[in-house]
Parts: sequence; C-alpha cells; structure tokens
Amino acid sequence: MDTIFALATAQGRAGVAVIRISGSEAFEVAQVLCGALPGGRAPALRHLRSAGGVVLDHALILKFDGPASFTGEDTVEFHLHGSVAVVAAVLQTLGAGTARMAEPGEFTRRALENNKMDLAQVEGLADLIEAETEAQRQQALRGMSGDLSNRIEEWRSKLIRAAALIEATIDFADEDVPVDVTPEVRDLLGQVRRDVAEQLKGFSAAERIRTGFEVAIVGPPNAGKSTLLNALARREAAITSQIAGTTRDVIEVRMDIAGLPVTLLDTAGLRDGQDEIEAQGIERAIARARDADLRIFLQEPGTSLPISPLDGDIILAPKADERSDDAAAVSGKTGQGIAKLVSDLEMQLLQRTAAAGLITHERHRQAMSQSLSNLDAAMDRVESGPALYDIAAEEIRTAVRSLEVVVGRVDVENLLDEIFASFCLGK
Amino acid sequence: MKQFDVIVIGGGHAGSEAAHAAARMGVNTALVTMKLEGIGVMSCNPAIGGLGKGHLVREIDALDGVMGRVADAAGIQFRLLNRRKGPAVQGPRTQADRQVYQREMQSIMENTPRLSIIVGEVTDFLMQGDRVAGVVLGDGTEIAAKSVILTTGTFLRGVIHIGDTSYSGGRMGDKASSKLAERIDSFGLPLGRLKTGTPPRLDGRTIAWDQLSVQEADDEPVLFSFMSKAPALRQVACGITHTNAKTHDIIRENLERSAMYGGHIDGVGPRYCPSIEDKIVRFADKDSHQIFLEPEGLEDHTVYPNGISTSLPQDVQEDYVHSIAGLEQAKIIQPGYAIEYDYVDPRALNADLSLCDIPGLYLAGQINGTTGYEEAAAQGLVSGLNAARMAQGGDVVHFRRNTSYIGVMIDDLTTRGVTEPYRMFTSRAEFRLSLRADNADQRLTEFGVDLGCVGNARRMSYQTKKEKLENGRALLSGSSYTPKEIAATGIRINQDGTRRTAFQLLAFPDVVFNDVKRLDAALEEMEPEIQEQLSRDALYANYIQRQQQDVEKLRKDEKHAIPSDFSYADVTGLSAELTGKLEKVRPSDLAQAGRIDGMTPAGLALILGRIRFLEKKTA
Repeated sequence: MDTIFALATAQGRAGVAVIRISGSEAFEVAQVLCGALPGGRAPALRHLRSAGGVVLDHALILKFDGPASFTGEDTVEFHLHGSVAVVAAVLQTLGAGTARMAEPGEFTRRALENNKMDLAQVEGLADLIEAETEAQRQQALRGMSGDLSNRIEEWRSKLIRAAALIEATIDFADEDVPVDVTPEVRDLLGQVRRDVAEQLKGFSAAERIRTGFEVAIVGPPNAGKSTLLNALARREAAITSQIAGTTRDVIEVRMDIAGLPVTLLDTAGLRDGQDEIEAQGIERAIARARDADLRIFLQEPGTSLPISPLDGDIILAPKADERSDDAAAVSGKTGQGIAKLVSDLEMQLLQRTAAAGLITHERHRQAMSQSLSNLDAAMDRVESGPALYDIAAEEIRTAVRSLEVVVGRVDVENLLDEIFASFCLGK
Repeated sequence: MKQFDVIVIGGGHAGSEAAHAAARMGVNTALVTMKLEGIGVMSCNPAIGGLGKGHLVREIDALDGVMGRVADAAGIQFRLLNRRKGPAVQGPRTQADRQVYQREMQSIMENTPRLSIIVGEVTDFLMQGDRVAGVVLGDGTEIAAKSVILTTGTFLRGVIHIGDTSYSGGRMGDKASSKLAERIDSFGLPLGRLKTGTPPRLDGRTIAWDQLSVQEADDEPVLFSFMSKAPALRQVACGITHTNAKTHDIIRENLERSAMYGGHIDGVGPRYCPSIEDKIVRFADKDSHQIFLEPEGLEDHTVYPNGISTSLPQDVQEDYVHSIAGLEQAKIIQPGYAIEYDYVDPRALNADLSLCDIPGLYLAGQINGTTGYEEAAAQGLVSGLNAARMAQGGDVVHFRRNTSYIGVMIDDLTTRGVTEPYRMFTSRAEFRLSLRADNADQRLTEFGVDLGCVGNARRMSYQTKKEKLENGRALLSGSSYTPKEIAATGIRINQDGTRRTAFQLLAFPDVVFNDVKRLDAALEEMEPEIQEQLSRDALYANYIQRQQQDVEKLRKDEKHAIPSDFSYADVTGLSAELTGKLEKVRPSDLAQAGRIDGMTPAGLALILGRIRFLEKKTA
C-alpha cells in the first residue's frame, strides 16, 4: 500500500502547520527529512532537511505505530511553523521521495478501510470538522464517537435474535424447539421499533443543528426589519433608509444563538408592490418566510399581513423607541427589547433542539424510515402466527439491512464517493 | 489403455449423481467403486430430504437427476415438514428403506447408457504434467479421462472412535483409502479435520413399541420427483421416546470415556447435530431429549434411534439405551461411533467444483466439508455436469444464489469455506421466498434442457405443465375487479377503490383459490395442481418483486468479472488481511468478493476501481 502525506491543517499562514504521513513506509519517508525518529507517541524536536541538506524548519515530530493511529497504519506528524514557504518546501521534499500526496479524504478512507471507524463515525468526523457552533460540536462528537453506531449495533443484535428465533422454528421444525416464539419476537421487534421511531422523531431537530435554523423577520415596509437585523448581527449587513421598500431581495446573516447556527433572513416589506422588482421581492419574502423554521413578526397590533404567525413565532410591535403604548416591542435603533427578543429566540430554538436524536443526515433518515416500515410489516406478520413466519423473517432481514446501511456495512459504493468528496485534503 | 471422458471415483450419493449427470450430458463416463454394493449406501440415518435438503433434492430432480426418483421408490414415511407454515419453507422428507434405496440406485446406474461401472480401488491419478488425466487401479490398470471427479467422503484419513478404541476406516467395515490420500497430500491442498457421529443401531424386535407414541406418515404424501405420482412402498410410522434423568446420569458419569470428551478427537463436529454427550453437557438444564425411532426398512428389523449419536464405549451405550422408555430390552446391533476425517478447504475450488490448482480434478461431497446425502448429491450433480462440459469443450455451468439452493451452497462453500460440517438450511438462502421446493422445475428444468442433461420424458412433461401454468396465470391476471364486485363474492376487502385481479387477491394470506373461483367461472376448469402452484406464486408475488431489485444489484456486481490473474497486492489501499482472504478465495466476480467475510464496501470500491483501470489500459 502506498505511503501518503498531506497538510492536515488549513492552508495559509498560521502559528503551527501539521503535515501527516501515513503508510507502511511512513517511518522511512519521515526519516529522510528528520533523521532518527522519536519513540511512539513521544514528541521530539528535530531539524527537517531537504535532500541537499538544507535546513527547512525546526519541527516537533510525533510518531504513531500502527494500528494505534488514526488511519490504523504507521503514521508520522511534522508540526511545523505555520509558514506558507516552510510548508511548501517540506511538501516538495516529501513529494520527491517514494510517498505521494494524499487524495482528498484518503486518510479517513484508510481509517474506514482498517476498521478504525464506520461510516456513521466518518460522517460525524466530517461534521465535527465543519462544526461552527457549540451545539454542532457536541452533536458531531456524538456521531464520531460512535453513539449512533452503538445504537444500531444494539438494534441489529436484537433483530438478529428475533430472526434467529423465527428461523429456528422454520429450519428445525422437526426437532425440539418451541413452536410459538411470538411473545419474545414481538417484544424484541417492539423495542427496536420504539427506539427507531423515537430517533426518527428527533431527526429534524438534529438536522437543524447540523445545517442551521432559518429565522425570518417579516413585517410591513419601514417597520425597521433591516435595522433589527443589523442590531442582532451587530454589523451593517443590510442597507437601511427611511424609504419604504429599500430591501428588495432576501438578506442572510449567519450567527450563533445559544450555540446554535442560525441564519437570520431580512425580507422585503410586505405591501402591494410599487414596481415589478419589488413585487417579486415580496413574493420571494413570503416564500422564504414560510419555509423558515421561525419568524419574527414586526407589525402593529391588530393589523394583518399576507402571511400569518405559526405556533412559536415571535410577534412584536416595531419601533419601541417611538411608542407610548405598552405593546411588546423592539427597536433595532436603540436596542430596546433586543435582549428580550434574543432570549425568546434562544428559548424557542432550544425547545426545538431538545428532541434532537442521533440521526443527523437525510441518508440516515431514509434508511431508518425504511427499516421502520419493515418492522411494522414484520410485527403484523408475526401476529398472524407461524403460517407467515417466512414473510416475517424476510421483513426482519430487510429491516436489518436498512439499518446496516447507516454504518456502511452494505450498499454504500456511491455514497462513499460522496462522503469522501466532501472531505478536505489530509483530514 | 481404456479412455473415458469423465471418471467418477466413489459410488456414494455424490458419486452416483455425478456419474449419472455426466452420462446424461452425453459423455462416456466411468464410475469406479470399491464394491458394487457400495453404490447408493446410506451410511447414516435412513432418510432423505428435510428443510433445505428437500429443496436440494427437488432441484436435482428438476435437472433430471436420480436422488428424488430413488427416494420416491424407497420412501416408507413421507412427511412434508412445515406443512402449517408458508410454502417457501416447506420441505419434503421421507424415511427410506435402506435396501430398496441401494438396490434402486444400483439398478439405475447399471442401466444408464454411456455409464460403465468399474469395481476396483483407485490408488493413484494418472498425471500429465500438473493435470489429472486418469486413474490407476489397485491391480495396476490405468484408465485415461479428460476429467476425474473425486467423491470419497470420509475416506481421507478416516478414523473411527468408539470410546477409547479407534481404528482407521471409512464407514464401519470399509477400509480407508490411504494410498490415494498420500497422492492427494502431494498436491498440497489445504486440508482441515471434521468429525461426525452415528447412534447405536437397534433391533426393532426388541423395542416395546406399544409403550411409545408414534409419528405417522402424511395422509397425502408429497413426493420428491416432479415425475412421481404416488409412493411405491407401504408407509410406516416412527416411534418417539425420550431420554430421562437416569440416561443423563449414566452419560455424565462416563463422560471421560467418550472419545470426544476423553480428548481423542480434534475434528470439529456439527452444532446442529450434537452427540448425546454434547447435548447433556451443553444443555445441562434440559432433563429430557427427544428420540425418533426410525425403521431402516420394511423387511429390515434395524432401527435408527435419531438423536443419540455417541462415541461412548459399547458397554455405556448399552446402559444408557436401556435406561430409555421402550428400549429397556433393546438389543444393539451395531454400536454408535464417531468418525473423524480430512476435508479439503472448499475455498480451493472453483464454482464448477474443480480445484483451482489441479486442472482436470473435481471434488464433490463430504470431502468438501459438507454433511448430508442431499448436499453430497447436489455437488455430485454440479461436478458431473461441469466435468462433462469440460470434456465437451463448453463453458462452466454456473449455479447462482438467486436461482437455486445448489447455487447458494456452492457459493457458500467456495467463498466462505466451512468451520463445521456444512448443512443446508432454508435460512441460508436470502432469496428463500422465490427458491421454493414447489417451483424447482420452473426455476431449473429449462436451464437443464438447454444444457442437455434433461431427458425427453421430463422435457415434455414440463412443457405441458408450463403451458398450463402460463394459461392459468393469464386467466388469473386477465381481468380486474372493483372492491364492490370482489366483496359480492364474500371476500373481505377494503373498499379503497383499487381494482384487483384474482392473482393479486391470492396474495392476501386469507384468500384461497376457492374464493376467487366465484369471480370467474372459467377458473373452475383449472386443474387442482395448477391452482395450488399459482396460489403459491401469488402469495409471494409482492416480495419476489421486491427481491428482484436485490437480484438486479447482484447481477450488476456479477457482471464485473475479476480476471483470474488479478493481483490484489496491486490494489492500493486494500488492507493486508483482506488481501490475504481475497488471494485465498480468488472470487470470480465483484458479487462473490462482496460475500467474503470482513469485506468492506470501501474494499470493493477499490477492487472495482482497479478492474476499471486495467480494462481501460487494455482497451
């Protein structure tokens, strides 16, 4: 197997840059640059030299003996000074030797190949690398540490037990086996069914944590929506003016609320459009607001808009600084009511994520829904008694296979490419 | 020197089926057996069929093989197992009259055109370089052949154990073929060691039958062969008795004297057919085990007590047998024994059962690590057809997992190898709902006709049946009915507005053929056999459609053939462990590679990538 190397940290100037080398010849390849290697997992400082003996950098060297490494192979890490020139020189020197530059995702692919991780864990790692907020980090870490894989293993073994009970009555019909295994099978299938259904329920929340919530600000023109957006974002993301209809397109701002990724949407003021462009903007505003996870309505009490609030939406009166009534209101201009709005938003979002389960990807959801419908069918057949045991067994078999898809035991050829394509080089 | 196309060594279940298959294919075939009476011997229990096994017999029969016909001629207690479960898991079985079975098989062999029976001991192969090109007999006679099939069962270094006594031999009373074993040793094939056991045989006249419960034959016997109509022999019952606390005490006290527990045996025995010692040690909480007392024939007083196979010394066997209800006075005709033997790791075989490294030599039966007459016969058939094909210069005959249990077995053996004597179960077949005993002819007979191994009588009989089935299916699927029309005939149905055909209605578990007859008077005319068959097809139609997607996927992977000289070491990124396994099995296509233990999708992707790369390079 080839020995591969790549920069494991981000491109560009940084304090430290890490180059990782993995493969059966990793130690030899590293020695060419740094001379004698330190002991396993004992860091040591070495001079890295080019083939011509020129010192490239003074680097920290870490050596991992396979299989106790990320990839499962012999691995060496060079912790360099994060200079673009140093990194380029070291990569060039490595490239002139027997090792080759890793393809995107190749380190992880090897970890998968050497059974250091399964697919759900690989996805968790990808999510972790992408994680921007605290909730994302926690969720991704759960995925990478194998929580989902462990649950699936647990369900799988229960289903295999159920299938084995049924198969025993089929294949050993003429021997001393219990004729009716329905009670235990029913129990096992019921347990798994309940768990899978619960995880599926938590999917949309978990997916939101991964991909982010959308919160739309809606209201009539000149209600101060853009001003509110800027206040929440703490920067001038949207142009504000006294002229009604200033915001035409949907403006998006990424932010972190209570550790959750949130995209705040500023939309065109809702009124009968004055021109075609504005009319289109308004149409778009309504569509986006409707699809958003949550809406903040800025409107005068007692008025109505072409879109109505849903359960959990926040309704506030605009321009708190100019009001004399006691309506709940907010002002982006003075900041009045902003703290309360943010805490309301946090409460709403956290409520929605409380149910978040372990499944975070559409791929997981599809596989598990398939499994759930097979389990329903299997339970139905089991209740009809031994006459339909052969069909029940077939349903259980399919249910198990669907679950296995999540951790990547079968059926994943196409998916692999997709997963690995989403990886940055050298991760 | 005499010259044949195919020589089969051994006249057991694998050998007989192999020789007959080769002869049916139209090539000159010789069957070499140590003695004529060795043909068709049932060395273990006198029964054919069962779950999974019955399926194999039906498939052999669908290809015009002999086992089903002979079992029908010798059957004395036909029972369809799992009669109350779905048709996919029903398996025909019969007790067989041992003598009639042997006589019948011998007579068929002797009367098969192009098949010569030679009595003698094969002591060596004729070699032509690396190639096996014939056999040498004990008297020095040399016989040439294009291919040789070895079906020597447990004869390879077979050792029989009764308590602490052991002696070399195949079956009781047969001498083991050690000279041939030496020759095979020189090939350096990967060998392993297995064991199996038999119970003591009892004299039926000394059993108190009147104290025992009995198991009768089915009222409506279901036979093996699609060509048979009714049993030839009188049907008899089996007795049922049980071990008890006293039996268990005797065995427990003498465990050390058992060959197995006394440390005389290294071979691995089957988990599904444990000796009585095993049962008592491993399931210590059970205070009784069931025993079937199976008559070995109508004229034969020997009784086979199924469930108490043993390797205890003879005096202990006497004691524990006498502790069992109804057997207090039973006389042991032949003591039970355990037998250890060498088998060839079947991963050394190709899908046609030829050895990867020894051209011209095929292996079939117990020598490949299987157990059971049916498993042996099915391999005999595969090797016989293929050896004949090779002699004729034709392509390999592939049996696939999605079309036969035979295919499942061959693939399991050659891909995964064995860890215990391999026996067929219905649960091994992932396409179980479509691989049924009832449709074996519809799956395989035409395939056999194309191959040339199916005779005229069967071809025509199947053709007629097929036409009837097609007409019947057209009739059932031709018209659709509204829920209202359907409900009017008394069938309970959701008023969901969906029109359904009679065939679709038969997919509901509670709808039977008589119900749908009320929809169309023409259905009354259909023959009962055709009605039953179509009802069974309809019951699984939805699932078979679903499985079809899996079949398509399998086919897609099977299309990616892996060249025989493919170097796994050249596949970048493949772990050393997988590389080792792949080198051992040498899968013929990507689908087979995927079934290797521990194979990962990433590994498959790498192999596929390499295949594509090589294809591009040569294109």
